Amino acid sequence: MMLHVEGLHSYYGRAHILADVTLEAREGEVLALLGRNGAGKSTTLKSVIGLVRPSAGAITFAGARIEGLSPFRIARLGLGFVPEDRRIFTDLSVMENLEVGRQAPRGGAPTWTPDRLFELFPNLGRMRDRPGGRMSGGEQQMLTIARTLMGNPRCVLLDEPSEGLAPLIVEQMAKTIRTLKAEGLSVVLSEQNLHFSAMVADRAVIIEKGRVRFTGTMDELRADEQARTQYLSV
Amino acid sequence: MSFASILAQLLNGLAGASSLFMVAAGLSLIFGVTRVVNFAHGSLYMLGLYVAYSTVEFLGRTPLGFWGAIVVATIVIGALGALIEIAILRRIYRAPELFQLLATFAVVLVIKDVALAIWGAEELVGPRAPGLSRTVEIMGRRVPQYDLALIVIAPLLLLGLWLALTRTRWGALVRAATQDREMVGALGVDERKLFTGVFFVGAALAGLGGALQLPREPANLGLDLAVIADAFVVTVVGGLGSIPGAFIAAILIGVVKAFCIALGTQSVLGLEISFSKLTLVVEFLVMAIVLVVRPYGLLGRPPAQQRAVGEITTLPNMPDWRRWLPFVALLALIPFAAPDDRYLLVLLTDIAILSLFAVSLHVLMGPSGMVSFGHAAYFGVAAYAAAILMRKVQLPMEVAVAVAPFVAGAVALVYGWFCVRLSGVYLAMLTLAFAQITWSVIFQWDSLTGGSNGLTGVWPPAWLADKRVYFWLTLVLCALGIGLLWRMLFSPFGYALRAGRDSPLRAEAIGIDVRRLQWFAFALAGAFAGLGGALFAFSKGSISPELASIAQSTDALVMVLLGGVETITGPIAGAAIFTWLKDELARRTEYWRSVFGLVILALVLLFPQGVVGGLAMLWRRVRPAS
Repeated sequence: MMLHVEGLHSYYGRAHILADVTLEAREGEVLALLGRNGAGKSTTLKSVIGLVRPSAGAITFAGARIEGLSPFRIARLGLGFVPEDRRIFTDLSVMENLEVGRQAPRGGAPTWTPDRLFELFPNLGRMRDRPGGRMSGGEQQMLTIARTLMGNPRCVLLDEPSEGLAPLIVEQMAKTIRTLKAEGLSVVLSEQNLHFSAMVADRAVIIEKGRVRFTGTMDELRADEQARTQYLSV
Repeated sequence: MSFASILAQLLNGLAGASSLFMVAAGLSLIFGVTRVVNFAHGSLYMLGLYVAYSTVEFLGRTPLGFWGAIVVATIVIGALGALIEIAILRRIYRAPELFQLLATFAVVLVIKDVALAIWGAEELVGPRAPGLSRTVEIMGRRVPQYDLALIVIAPLLLLGLWLALTRTRWGALVRAATQDREMVGALGVDERKLFTGVFFVGAALAGLGGALQLPREPANLGLDLAVIADAFVVTVVGGLGSIPGAFIAAILIGVVKAFCIALGTQSVLGLEISFSKLTLVVEFLVMAIVLVVRPYGLLGRPPAQQRAVGEITTLPNMPDWRRWLPFVALLALIPFAAPDDRYLLVLLTDIAILSLFAVSLHVLMGPSGMVSFGHAAYFGVAAYAAAILMRKVQLPMEVAVAVAPFVAGAVALVYGWFCVRLSGVYLAMLTLAFAQITWSVIFQWDSLTGGSNGLTGVWPPAWLADKRVYFWLTLVLCALGIGLLWRMLFSPFGYALRAGRDSPLRAEAIGIDVRRLQWFAFALAGAFAGLGGALFAFSKGSISPELASIAQSTDALVMVLLGGVETITGPIAGAAIFTWLKDELARRTEYWRSVFGLVILALVLLFPQGVVGGLAMLWRRVRPAS
């Protein structure tokens, strides 16, 4: 088991955002966290990486309990996080953005260098010295993923990777995620877009109002029309 | 005025600018990454100077001894900065920003007393730099070699800092954390080490700046606040977080100051203007002008929008006057209980006045979201207005006290017009600048204000001569003032102010003119602070420029923060605790400041919501859901 979340509860102030979320991501698989806007997908990912402090629950990553640790410690265990709003360092160049994400090579995970990342994202290789603030949305999205990969993670959390991207870039994103899987990485991604998830994910978890409503393979989800209409259709 | 004398002043100004640049660069670096406005930065500068002085004495007045002392001072002060970060600030990064400010202010108090204990109150004049003690003749003027060395050192240091920030991984991390420190942490970077490192470098720069002044400036205990005010100005003029900006600003201010000295007294359109007297205020004038034209400084940019934490603040309840009236009545009875305790009466009068002062500042800091570092300006202006109206215009005291708040309000109206155009730290620094201008005017206008001696013989008329009667008057007026301010906070005006603080855009979208409201609140707060100032003047019988000083402003700030910004009774509790503690400590020990500073630190670390907020939280914990 790569990541196991058991009975997670999280609050923003007094608002109860996550109520008893349980899910697991197996080694080398792509897990899609599906749900409508505001269902609690992002909060789940942020609770895992430690940006939101869960009030109850257990999170196990690669055999270690990580709930309550600070984000940098969790990241150093080999858990990468790609935020939904990109959060590129706009003053820093592409190379510097990558440098901030750099960690030492890690056993059991692929090792990334800027050159390897530029093979994966050829666009970035052509703008090494460009400040992050002067890149298009799609380029920034690629850079956030590349920046997180510089930490040589075993598992990445991708928050809404297809959000706000042009159709062509979405295709490219799907290809990227499949490459990461082929490299042996585990991926947990949150998505509103069922179509995109279907292109990349092995299994899916549906969250609605902070509770898990469905867990199963993508095939099972395709067969379960009720779950799709009840929890996903807008 | 000849070209040669201009040049000589110019070089002098540039030499002075180099130390200023170092302090400001350190302040800017620390603020950029940690969002802490380090009030203790001037104190670190002062310590750098003292440490360098003692190290030279120890190592000997040789070139090696001198430059060795500079290096030692730099490293010692850097380590001290790191220690402050680890021991204090690290524990309160999650507390509101203002608490970090309060904590660094407590450090100022502690450092001042440590310096007093080690080096004494006398000025210490350092040695000239061995090997650079001569002067060089430039166009017939003698320019110290050491000044020329300083002029070279500053740009070299700028270059070194720039390289460190743009060519190293550490620099990339610092710049990244300046923009989004949470994300830097999520990428696996240990923020704590980064912050400690930044504090080391920032403090070392302050220490270096101080140490390098050894041959030019005697070490003295007043440097801390003087330097921090200058450093604030330079940082803000250059743009917070911009080190090249700090460099340009330091030079700009250094040169403008030098020119004012060179100009001396000139006749402009038949008016005698003493430019050399202007030096005290000229940097603040430069700052006011720059901020109005470029609100984020010369090279600064609008601060990144703080991410909403999603915190829910509860609206405090409107205090019920029926509950507070018996309390005020009880206070009024105290003089009967202890008729002979003059000390107690004086203390109670002070507390009443300073409560009003603190509440008026709270109106700005809490509901309006405008932190003022210079609230004493209005307190001081009103005190002087009242005294002058009585002594020079021969108005009755009652009239003087009634008119003075309007004078303070009018001054606040003028200053406020500029201030409400800014927000956050920039606004705070501009208020500091205006307060400093006010102080300088009071300090220098000998004929009207008595200059540094102040005015004496400011006594109330016979019917108020009894301390008890004066206390009652003060109590009634201050209670009324506080009541009015409270009432206002729960009026539509108060709600609109809060809306403007919490979400300026949405407030404007529903038709609230946020800036206008803030402007009005600013003037109102100034006027009520003024009522306090006027009452204060007649309770003491004499006044001095101290009343408008930075120290007086920070006192008010500490009172509000100590009590708690979020609560409505907090400022009163803060004023009472502050005044009583200060009085008690000052009577018992020469080192009352450090004791006071340690008390503040303990409170900040134990009650990050302020005393009243913290007690309220404890209360809720002890009696859950009654």
